[in-house]
Amino acid sequence: MSDLTRLSAAALAERLRSGEVSSVEATRAHLDRIAAVDGAVHAFLHVSDEDALATAADIDARRAAGEELHLLAGVPIAVKDVVVTKGVPTTAGSRILEGWLPPYDATLVGRIKAAGLPILGKTNMDEFAMGSSTEHSAYGNTHNPWDLTRIPGGSGGGSAAAVAAYEAPLAIGTDTGGSIRQPAAVTGSVGVKPTYGSVSRYGLIALASSLDQAGPVTRTVLDSALLHELIGGHDPLDSTSIAEPLPDLVGAARLGANRDLSGVRVGVITELQGEGYQPGVLARFHESLELLQRAGAQVVEVSCPHFTYALAAYYLILPAEASSNLAKFDGMRFGLRVEPSEGPVTAERVMGATRGQGFGDEVKRRIILGTYALSAGYYDAYYGSAQKVRTLIQRDFAAAFEQADVLVSPTAPTTAFKLGEKLDDPLAMYLNDVATIPANLAGVPGLSLPSGLSDDGLPAGFQVLAPAKADDRLYRVGAALEALLEDEWGGPLLAQAPELEVAR
Amino acid sequence: MSSLSRDEVARVAGLARIDLTPAELDRLAGELDVIVESVARVSEIATPDVPATSHPLPLTNVFRPDVPVPTVDRDAVLAAAPAAQDGKFLVPQILGEDA
Repeated sequence: MSDLTRLSAAALAERLRSGEVSSVEATRAHLDRIAAVDGAVHAFLHVSDEDALATAADIDARRAAGEELHLLAGVPIAVKDVVVTKGVPTTAGSRILEGWLPPYDATLVGRIKAAGLPILGKTNMDEFAMGSSTEHSAYGNTHNPWDLTRIPGGSGGGSAAAVAAYEAPLAIGTDTGGSIRQPAAVTGSVGVKPTYGSVSRYGLIALASSLDQAGPVTRTVLDSALLHELIGGHDPLDSTSIAEPLPDLVGAARLGANRDLSGVRVGVITELQGEGYQPGVLARFHESLELLQRAGAQVVEVSCPHFTYALAAYYLILPAEASSNLAKFDGMRFGLRVEPSEGPVTAERVMGATRGQGFGDEVKRRIILGTYALSAGYYDAYYGSAQKVRTLIQRDFAAAFEQADVLVSPTAPTTAFKLGEKLDDPLAMYLNDVATIPANLAGVPGLSLPSGLSDDGLPAGFQVLAPAKADDRLYRVGAALEALLEDEWGGPLLAQAPELEVAR
Repeated sequence: MSSLSRDEVARVAGLARIDLTPAELDRLAGELDVIVESVARVSEIATPDVPATSHPLPLTNVFRPDVPVPTVDRDAVLAAAPAAQDGKFLVPQILGEDA
């Protein structure tokens, strides 16, 4: 039998349907792979062997009994640890939630369970999704499968590394400023941030409520479409969820795979290239543009002049919202409680001691920044101005989408950097998200897929952006480019990754 | 735009209810000053004629039918709390004066 962990989710689902492979076999193969490589990669914070195998056995029995099952039934999946899972440890990468067992499931987890996908476990991340390298996890670094001395991106480095290391064919990520797309770019995998409201936020531990969006992390564009359709759609429990059906995402991915983009207008964003972008990343980007052109797409240059202010606006809006959302970690109802070592044990002093001990450096930095930006005397200059910039960025997008059906850029300015390299320079770390942040500020969807290897032999990412609620365009253009690139490479980019040493 | 002094960081950390060690205060004051200086450039283009946006997509208020539905199980919630008693969260005293 060929190695089941190398199959795409769509291919694995096909073998499960035909009866060639059982879900227990597929799930066991992935659990074995986790046991073999996760000591070195550390993508997982928690592995749910027994639950996953029980789900798999149940699906096998139901399939044998002739039950009509979801297309992805029996295909294992990993879930980012910021998504609550009933009775399964959920820490969001923070000490303050160590040992917490959520009493409910996120809506997207409920949908995964209803469709019968065995949940392999919870993946590592920057604490409360604050970071671009997963180095801000309270539970240790995740290592990039392409080079274990390098970062896997962040905040969802665990999910991206898990799919890139063949520990899972599918994973869930969340993207507040690039936390799905940037890890995809630096690990040679695929990740999609859906339109804001396309996937329910109910049961995500909120970072910035007006920016957060959950989405698929996979190795192929089609797999992302399949997973997006599974987790997406209206949810009454999230009042910001869009009360309309999703576009035909899987159909769009299949259409794109025929490599014909005749009539599609592709806008290259002037402001998201050039200075600060690694030459090899730009070279792969321009080669991808040529392929799109050869497939019939019309490539135009569009300017989004206010995008140069997006990073600044984001690092006011995000900390402001986070400082409010994270106020609930007060040591009263869940998670850690620390009593002050001296003086009266009052609620207020317990809260200060708990948060002082339970939060890591980056979380403290951003909460204090957000509290400052919202405080009397500074609100108008900082938070108020940032909200105006948000309007200007939305107008830039609106104007650009008059000229183009999709917009494109490199996903991240560089390939994966060394662990520790940017840890002491918060501003340098924030720059990793310069190309992904505008989509979150405007609520529009974005996809990242591998564009090739940069001069340093590490993967680079190509980002596609579409208007709100037109997520199908991402999948059409993404699947077309993926097919064209794989024609050139003779297979998926991940096939060029070095084999990980397997522990016994 | 003012810069962020060590005293100011200490004051804001107090508002945010985060106890910081003196070493953390020293480091954060320097880092936050650099970050604030960088993000302050938003005011360059935030002119009075530009309306503020708080949300990515236009939304109207959302209602649901006024029908009671089951809530999350109380015992499961309390089991995950730092302390509970008599079916309630057990919390430290709220007021600071001597008991």
